[in-house]
Amino acid sequence: MADVYIQGIDMVRFGRYPEVTFPKLGGEAALLALDDAGLTIRDVQALYCGSVFGSYDMTGQGIMRELGQTGIPVTNVSNACATGASAFREAWIAIKAGLFDVVLAVGVEKMPRGMLGAGAETGIPLEGLLGSASMPAVFAESGIEHAAKYGTSFAQFAKVSVKNHHHSTMNPKAMYQKETPLEEVMGSEMIAYPNTKLMCSVNVDGAAAAVLVSEKKAREMGLTRAIRVRASALASDPWEPRNPMMWDVNAVTRLAARSAYEQAGIGPDAIDLVELHDCFATAELLHYENLGLCGPGEAGRMIDAGETALGGRVPVNVSGGLLSKGHPLGATGIANMYEVSLHLRGEAGARQVDGARIGLTHVVGLGTASAIHIFEKA
Amino acid sequence: MTDAALPKPAVSFIKFDDAGEPFIEGRRCRACGAVMTDERLACPACGGRAGFDLFRGAKRGTLHAWSIVRRSYPGVPVPFVSAIVDLEDGLSLKGNLISVAADPEALPPDLPVTVVFGDAMGRKDKDGASYISYFFEPAV
Repeated sequence: MADVYIQGIDMVRFGRYPEVTFPKLGGEAALLALDDAGLTIRDVQALYCGSVFGSYDMTGQGIMRELGQTGIPVTNVSNACATGASAFREAWIAIKAGLFDVVLAVGVEKMPRGMLGAGAETGIPLEGLLGSASMPAVFAESGIEHAAKYGTSFAQFAKVSVKNHHHSTMNPKAMYQKETPLEEVMGSEMIAYPNTKLMCSVNVDGAAAAVLVSEKKAREMGLTRAIRVRASALASDPWEPRNPMMWDVNAVTRLAARSAYEQAGIGPDAIDLVELHDCFATAELLHYENLGLCGPGEAGRMIDAGETALGGRVPVNVSGGLLSKGHPLGATGIANMYEVSLHLRGEAGARQVDGARIGLTHVVGLGTASAIHIFEKA
Repeated sequence: MTDAALPKPAVSFIKFDDAGEPFIEGRRCRACGAVMTDERLACPACGGRAGFDLFRGAKRGTLHAWSIVRRSYPGVPVPFVSAIVDLEDGLSLKGNLISVAADPEALPPDLPVTVVFGDAMGRKDKDGASYISYFFEPAV
C-alpha cells in the first residue's frame, strides 16, 4: 500500500486564549498548516478535528465556517489526551484507504482551569475518601509503582522537569521559556508526592494542524519538505488486573509501540528523537521503558546520564514537552508531530537534533488510549 | 439492610452480610478466573459470557503504590495517602491509607495492610444520609 505523507504542519503558540473560540483557534492552526503545505482549503477533501472540551459542539464544521465551507466530510474526534493523534490517524486511514489525496487534521483545545480528574460516583464526593482521582496523584502512584520495583528516586523524576523546562527555553511556541534548576523543581509546592507543581504539565489552550497527502500528491508536489508516516498505531488498554482501579498507561503504550515498530520495520535503536506524553514528570520515565528506549528498570539511570537531553543518545521532548510547552489535550498529539517534523526538516533552530532522520511521537489518554506514530523525512 | 436510615455504601461493591457487617464483594469469571469489583457485561479478561461468581473479598493485602496528596480539588482536606492495595485474593482496591504518617519513609513497598470499614469521613448526601466506606490500615 502506498505511503501517506505530512505535506504541511504547524501549531499556534500554546497559551491562554480566553477571547478566541474553538473554531478560530483551530482555524488559525489549520491556516498555518495549509500555508506550510502550499495548499488551500479548496484542496482539502476531508477534515478530522480533534478536541476534548469542544467535541460536543461540532468544532470541525465551525472551522470550515472560518476557512471556507466547501462541503467536504468533517468528523469530530475525541479520545482524551490521545485526541489529536487519533484525529491525525483517522486522516491517515482515509488516505490509506484510497478515498482522498489531501486531508486536514486539526487538534484544538480550550481548557477549563484547575486540576483535572474524575467526578463522583455516588451521592457523596469520593475524592480524598477513596484515595485521589486527581491526575497528579494518579501519575504519582504510577511513579511510585516504578520506584518500588526499581528504586527510582524523587530526584530522578524531578530531573525530567529540569530537562524539559530547559528544552523549552529554545522553543518560542512553548508556554514557558524558563530554566528550573533541580532544587527549584523539588522545592516547589508538593501537589501529590512525588509530583511537585513544576512536575505537572501546564494547563493551556492551543491548536495544531497537519495536512496529510497521498504518495501520489506528495510526488506531484516534489517531496522537498514532505514527512513520510512510517507507522500509525493506536491501542486501547488491554486487561490488567489493577486497571482501572489503578489506571495503567504502561501496557497500552507497549501494545501501541509494538505495533508501531512492526509497521515501520525498525526498532527503538533507529529512533533519533521522541516526543512522548510527559503529562507528569513521573510518566516520562515509565515511557522510556514502555517505548523500548532503555531496558526495564533503566529509566532512572537514563535520565541521570543525560541520554534523553538535547545532545544525548535519544533526545526526548526537546519541545519542552507537556511539562513546559503545555498540554491542551486535543492539540497535544499533533503538536508533538509538528516538533518531530521540524527536526526531520532541519528547521528546529537552537534545539535542532543533529542529523535527525526518524522521530517518534506518543500520547496516552486515560480511559485508556495510546497513539504512537513514527515519521521519516521523505 | 433495607432500612433507609442505615448508612449507604460509598461504592457499589461494598455489601453488607446478614449480620450487617460490610465487606468488599468480588466477582470471579467462571471461564478464566479473572477477578474484579465492578459489574461487567462479559469478562474483560477473556470476553467470556459464562458469568461471574461472587465472593467476599479478603481483608488482608499489601501496599502496591501510593501518593501523599497535598493539594486536591478545592475543599478536599489534605494531606491524605491515596493507596493502591493488592488483596490476598487478587482484587486490587484504591482508597485512603490511614493510621500512617504522611511521609514516604512510612510507606515501604509491600507494606502489609488490613481493610477496615467506617463512616465516610462525615460526608453526607443532599438527603442527609450517611455512608460507609473502606480504608486501609497498616497490619499489626
